[in-house]
Amino acid sequence: MQFFGGTEIISPSPPTPSTSVNKANMMYIFNRSGVCLLYKEWNRPLKTLNAQQDHKLMFGLLFSLKSLTAKMDPVSVDKGNLGMPQLPGQGCSFHSFCTNTYKLSFMESPSGIKIILVTHPKMGDLRESLRYIYNLYVEFVVKNPLYSPGTPIRCDLFNTSLDQYVKSLVVA
Amino acid sequence: MAPVAPRTGDAVFANVERVNAELFTLTYGAIVRQLLTDLEEVEEVNKQLDQMGYNIGIRLIDEFLAKSNVTRCVDFKETAEVIAKVGFKMFLGVTASVTNWDADGTSCSLVLEDNPLVDFVELPDTCQGLYYCNILSGVIRGALEMVSMKTEVTWIRDMLRGDDAYELRVKLLKQVPEEYPYKDDE
Repeated sequence: MQFFGGTEIISPSPPTPSTSVNKANMMYIFNRSGVCLLYKEWNRPLKTLNAQQDHKLMFGLLFSLKSLTAKMDPVSVDKGNLGMPQLPGQGCSFHSFCTNTYKLSFMESPSGIKIILVTHPKMGDLRESLRYIYNLYVEFVVKNPLYSPGTPIRCDLFNTSLDQYVKSLVVA
Repeated sequence: MAPVAPRTGDAVFANVERVNAELFTLTYGAIVRQLLTDLEEVEEVNKQLDQMGYNIGIRLIDEFLAKSNVTRCVDFKETAEVIAKVGFKMFLGVTASVTNWDADGTSCSLVLEDNPLVDFVELPDTCQGLYYCNILSGVIRGALEMVSMKTEVTWIRDMLRGDDAYELRVKLLKQVPEEYPYKDDE
């Protein structure tokens, strides 16, 4: 897949006009040291925390959940104590969880980039979509010479294509 | 949905946009030439090339992971193979071979028979201490650091200095575990 030139923006299925309600609630991108590179929200009527606390809580949730899932893994042998630091790639990784009001989809690259998308609970498997977003990040952020790694993302091209793409996701 | 299978170096190489090899070689040559003029000391140029490579490496790793679909390597041996077979192929169009493992599997050599960076290059007598391709060692070091491996990369053999191949020694210093990045006191 190539993203040069930006003409090849693919959406898995075109947005249907009848369901014009946006199904995505919010999205976070973290880097390996826990810096929130991007926070975007589309539909989040209820906010209880300030932005910084909110990001930390989300990162902490994922971090703990990951060590819990790895600890519960019935097939892998080498498990340390709960909460023991893991090498990246060690242990298993979850890719989504669902509550009655939302679904959280999660992807982590081996380089520690974490992409989190919170959507409507009926949303299908988003692993492919998150990979696509990772590709967008590579093309428009990583390859942008004006972007210095580890700082919040302020690239218009990335923001607009991300926005466009996320809005095109529909409940299957 | 089945997880996406990792792609081979050839498959990725066939699908990415490429630049003309000569243009690439000459551009790199021009950079090194300019560095030699600006910094005067050959040692400084080596350092600068390594730093430039490092800066490239910390970004390049994401492109590599995104395009090759490589998820994780079980050990350093697999990592070295992936660099040699997928990484080099994807970005330089050549493959390297992995040899000379030491007993504990923490250091190995990447041998390049063919190196597109050095076409048309001859080192003059004044630059004998120059590691012309030092940018490559920086790239590998930077990229591996982003996947939590601290490495040391040095040149062992260099055809520009009269050896029969290019050989990079990659030594794994340590693997950094992922830790909770915030302090507890807040």
